[in-house]
Amino acid sequence: MTTYILRRLLTSIPVLLGILFVTFALARLIPGDPCRAILGEKATDVICDEFIRRHGLDKPIPTQFIIYVKEILHGDLGTSIRLGKPVTELLVERLPTTLELSLAAMTFSILIGIPLGIISAVRHNSAIDVGTMVLANVGVSMPVFWLGLMLAYIFALVLKGTPLQLPPSGRLSPGLMIPPFYDVWGWQLGKEGFVKSLFVFISQMNVINSLLIWRMDLLWDALKHLILPAVAVGTIPLAIIARMTRSSMLDVLGQDYVRAARAKGLPRGMVVIKHALRNALLPLVTIIGLSFGAFLGGAVLTETIFGLSGVGRIMYDSITARDYGVVQSFTVVIAVFFVILNLIVDISYTFLDPRVRLD
Amino acid sequence: MAALKEESIEKRPKVARLEAEGLRTTESISFWGTVWRRLFRRKSAVVGLWILAFLVLIALTADWIAPYDPVQVLIGVEPVKMRQKPCIHLLGCPEDQPQHIMGIDGNVRDQFSRILYGARLSLLVGLSTVTFAIIIGTFLGAIAGYLGGVVDNVIMRFMDVLLAFPSLLLAIAIVTILGPGLINALLAIAIVSIPTYARVTRATVLSVREMDFVEASRAMGGGWGYILFGRILPNSLTPLIVTGTLGIATAILDAAALSFLGLGAQPPTPEWGTMLGAERNQVFTAPHLVFFPGFAIMLTVLAFNLLGDGLRDALDPRLAQRGEE
Repeated sequence: MTTYILRRLLTSIPVLLGILFVTFALARLIPGDPCRAILGEKATDVICDEFIRRHGLDKPIPTQFIIYVKEILHGDLGTSIRLGKPVTELLVERLPTTLELSLAAMTFSILIGIPLGIISAVRHNSAIDVGTMVLANVGVSMPVFWLGLMLAYIFALVLKGTPLQLPPSGRLSPGLMIPPFYDVWGWQLGKEGFVKSLFVFISQMNVINSLLIWRMDLLWDALKHLILPAVAVGTIPLAIIARMTRSSMLDVLGQDYVRAARAKGLPRGMVVIKHALRNALLPLVTIIGLSFGAFLGGAVLTETIFGLSGVGRIMYDSITARDYGVVQSFTVVIAVFFVILNLIVDISYTFLDPRVRLD
Repeated sequence: MAALKEESIEKRPKVARLEAEGLRTTESISFWGTVWRRLFRRKSAVVGLWILAFLVLIALTADWIAPYDPVQVLIGVEPVKMRQKPCIHLLGCPEDQPQHIMGIDGNVRDQFSRILYGARLSLLVGLSTVTFAIIIGTFLGAIAGYLGGVVDNVIMRFMDVLLAFPSLLLAIAIVTILGPGLINALLAIAIVSIPTYARVTRATVLSVREMDFVEASRAMGGGWGYILFGRILPNSLTPLIVTGTLGIATAILDAAALSFLGLGAQPPTPEWGTMLGAERNQVFTAPHLVFFPGFAIMLTVLAFNLLGDGLRDALDPRLAQRGEE
């Protein structure tokens, strides 16, 4: 097991290096002089010479690449020219919002998608099945940004005054603030350092933070703000998960051992959940893992709509402000995250299906 | 009718002879005939085909059926206001007001005409990106699969790297560098989708190259270029057709997303994503300007998804037996 994980980690290294190379190459492909591309009108010859020297752009390309990799390995992701802050700091500030949104979307799509898929498979060709599949097809075809806008319109304006009204923007109602859990617990944290960053990171996730300080009013407010964006981001994965569950379950339900389990008198529900679902899970885990890319892509589009200041929003703002460093660094971070996630998915196979041989 | 029958009998003398001898004959059906028949048996695929036919018709006839020029500003031409609600005479809109069935947009243009022209652009976007990606992806995948060894490793590891990025984010990064614009956005989406086609082609080429007819070609002295592109590739096309059809749906969705972010088609181009992006802050005051473009995108993507799913089921020999039940 350990050897397998180690080997998978080792084989990920070329892919990770490739990711760094692609982002490095992309930055070098900016047409024209990078100094003028980044600094714009402020760029004079003197400033540019200094800029080129400082960023090592006068060195040969392979040397530049090595410096770039070295910097990233040391956790230096560069600086945002627009905000004058290190990208790592921005990451600690912004990633929790996106992570919270992605997790909420994932929970939503799994909690609804899997049961829908199971019901469709068990009641194959029934009205529920046909209805689910029609909805799944429409769901897969839905542009995330459109769905987000329409949800905001329906739940914030059309349903205004009803109990179903939901806020269309922000993470908390105006005036509300969730005190960080470490302050509430009276912990003294240093000024900087990894631990402090980690705690700040966790406290930025409103749902977790309000649970940690056990404030149900704040939790409810945070959840209410999370519902619409999470539904918008989660709809496409939900549709994919429902379809996958259905076809995977249909395959398994037709097999002999399921019939045998029924024949020996086990109740239908038990056979579906304990015998069939467990074996249908394997392709599902892959799909859910791969959907995480869709969650992140969806987050870029959704955050701009719902006024959430997460990674997606900062990517969008950096694109419009031509703050390339931020776009590049966040792309690296997300891609690396994605590779690690795929690794976890691969490893989880061995737990779900002991037949999967690790070698 | 009779003439037609005579002609068809003339074309198949053997059938005619057998029938003349009083034997019952059944027409033989080609592979594509079977696929076509299976496709038409699936309701969802038929729905997809109908929607697609409808969209193609709109795209082709937009010049004639659009009531206005899609970029014409109607200030001073008609008594209309900015972001005016839809006015449909049949639904009780006063006759003295000009009819705009999808309302007026933020620049006082007819939304309906813009939506119609948008169909043309979206279909072109889908087809062109996928064609580009298929040509390059198939070429790379075919070479990797056929030659194997170092070539295979280098190509496919590079594809792995491209696949490691969430596709929309990589497309965004590429357009950021190339600069915003429809052509650059298309290029970015095409580049991002190359790995999918390379993988699919490689997998099929790997299995087809072991078949006897390939061996026969090799025995007859065919060069590798001829064997690969003349013999193997034509026999590896079916999975590509399915992936390509579903790929058009993704490409249209991604192109709309890039345009929505301001990285794709630039105003005043009547592109659905751009139209939506321009009016997104008006969703509470003028929801029709957000609803119609988004609905149009969804309908187009849905059509390709339904068709792609249908084609997959029709082409899959495993499902074929089940489908015949």
